[in-house]
Amino acid sequence: MNPPAPAPLLEVVDLTMRFGGLKAIDQLSFVARRGEITAVIGPNGAGKTTAFNCITGFYRPSSGALRLTHADGRIFQLERLPGHRIARRAGVARTFQNIRLFAGMTVLENLLVAQHAPLMAATGFGVLGVLGLGGYAAAERRAIAKARAWLERIDLMARADAPAGALPYGAQRRLEIARAMCTDPVLLCLDEPAAGLNPRESEELNTLLLRIRDDGCSLLLIEHDMGVVMRISDHIIVLDHGRKISDGTPAEVRADPHVIAAYLGEGDEGIEQETESVA
Amino acid sequence: MTRAKAPLVDAFLSALIALGLFAPMVGLVTMVGPHGITLTARPRAVLALVAAVFVGRLALRLWQAQRRLVPAAPGRFAITFLAAARYIGPVLLAVALVLPALVGRARLDLGVLVLTYVMLGWGLNIVVGLAGLLDLGYVAFYAVGAYSYALIAEASGLGFWSCLPVAGLLAALWGVTLGFPVLRLRGDYLAIVTLAFGEIIRIVLLNWVSLTNGPNGISGIPRPTLFGLRFTAGDGPGTFAGFFHLAPSPTQRVVFLYYVILGLALLTNWVTIRLRRQPLGRVWEALREDEIACRSLGINVTTTKLTAFAVGAFFGGIAGAFFATRQGFISPESFTFMESATVLAIVVLGGMGSQLGVVLAAVVMIGGPELFRPLADDRMLIFGLALVVMMVLRPRGLISVRTPSIALGKATVISADFVTEGHG
Repeated sequence: MNPPAPAPLLEVVDLTMRFGGLKAIDQLSFVARRGEITAVIGPNGAGKTTAFNCITGFYRPSSGALRLTHADGRIFQLERLPGHRIARRAGVARTFQNIRLFAGMTVLENLLVAQHAPLMAATGFGVLGVLGLGGYAAAERRAIAKARAWLERIDLMARADAPAGALPYGAQRRLEIARAMCTDPVLLCLDEPAAGLNPRESEELNTLLLRIRDDGCSLLLIEHDMGVVMRISDHIIVLDHGRKISDGTPAEVRADPHVIAAYLGEGDEGIEQETESVA
Repeated sequence: MTRAKAPLVDAFLSALIALGLFAPMVGLVTMVGPHGITLTARPRAVLALVAAVFVGRLALRLWQAQRRLVPAAPGRFAITFLAAARYIGPVLLAVALVLPALVGRARLDLGVLVLTYVMLGWGLNIVVGLAGLLDLGYVAFYAVGAYSYALIAEASGLGFWSCLPVAGLLAALWGVTLGFPVLRLRGDYLAIVTLAFGEIIRIVLLNWVSLTNGPNGISGIPRPTLFGLRFTAGDGPGTFAGFFHLAPSPTQRVVFLYYVILGLALLTNWVTIRLRRQPLGRVWEALREDEIACRSLGINVTTTKLTAFAVGAFFGGIAGAFFATRQGFISPESFTFMESATVLAIVVLGGMGSQLGVVLAAVVMIGGPELFRPLADDRMLIFGLALVVMMVLRPRGLISVRTPSIALGKATVISADFVTEGHG
């Protein structure tokens, strides 16, 4: 269904991240293509979250380039942008491994905070808004309409006025994704979205993520749940000890002896045997 | 088994501490007798005190254990209180409006003082309560506002109303200047540095004698006028008494000052309430909840914190200008750390982020000690006791629930269990 080679959206070139003497990521290069779900997998401590933090601007990479190309041809060098610009200008949104909602604010407020930039511009940077002038009312109506649309989609309309911290875990996950989507990203980065979900919730998540992809937002996800990864990913990158050890479609990655070795923790001599058994 | 034993052990340990404390302090009395000083033991008194501590502690622990079984859903007290709060606000406002007709000049002067602290509390509430930035140096902005007004009025001959916005803006500018380097810090570190900045301002005011007249302060600060009408002891032309053909009385000026500060405080409140329902205020609260999440949503954390600092400082500066014009004299002594601590205590006692809480706390914190002045030193004891009771019963302040800034349906309050207090 997809064209043979969709245009690259995010190109990671020789990304290296050092913490003192430790190389958390070593010369990592990969491409996430537009309109695809790209998954980054790997054993614990492989450097997945570190790579994510570099892409979303929470860490500044030690070296390497992160190039994001928009559909209109604009190019952003993510490694040079300050954190908040990556989300606002370059359009990279993210969720967190340990959910980071505004727990004391309502579900609706969470979605409105995500639309801060356009709303703030409509208030004339606070001044006109206080005086009740300018087009703020209209902007707020639009923001609420968008929030409503997302609430319908993640099935939280009934809890719109409840504090986000009071939602059950699965709903908090969905809300965090919706909140990230309210920033109108071109690339949504999800850090273990299926962690702690039961099979049914996990299935709903798959549907939600596929729908987000089909609506035109590309996804990059870190995931441990292989059921989720293998079913929805278009492309998988496998990391181990900060290096890329495999890169390809789910079927290719599943058959890659390096991947099996990394996950099962076998030595180099085991690889040949694994290759034979897979074949 | 352990559940039943724990309170007993705890009570026993408390009793042991009490024994250690009371044995020398209460148990031994020096008596001046005919043969010099003698030491008398009072074992019964000690025993009674220790027993009281044991029983009291046991009762407290058992009561707490009982309470823990109740689900931590939004407190019933909080809900009823908030239902009542809808009426408390307007009632308080009505009382505030007619107060000059009800009380004498001395009490009204106290009202002016309380309202000044209400305004300061509302200003600091923006920084601490909404944005969650612990500022221990709020008095710096108060001082900047007061000195700005005093110095500008002295140098330019402009009146109170022309200088007022300038004083506010200068304080806001100072807020931004201070905030820029400081806001990289978080939590305790932010608190320490803001504390230091507050002290720096005071010490500069103290030592820059050529500008501020040092410890002697500035006197003869112009009084505010009502559309150019002055409040003086005489009733000559251009005075309030003369214009309205009234007998000149010092009460008129106090009443006028009272309404000025009431208006300024209400302006602070109005702006805060408006801002809270707007993206800026909402993002302040989001910042208090989770700064990292804010960053991931494309919010510029630094400028957002700066706006909170600047708006808070603006109102602090206005309150400072009012203080200067009310006193007619200012010196660095009025801007010690105690002021910052008092205002912060008002915000925390009221319940962080709650506008009504600030009013109640200011009345209790400022009005209380003044009203109970006849009790002399005991009032501080009562005050301390009240604070301890508050900490046990309502650790999140008088009004600890959060009202959502926007709702699709019916807005319900959010229990303090969900709301973050902010870590800078």
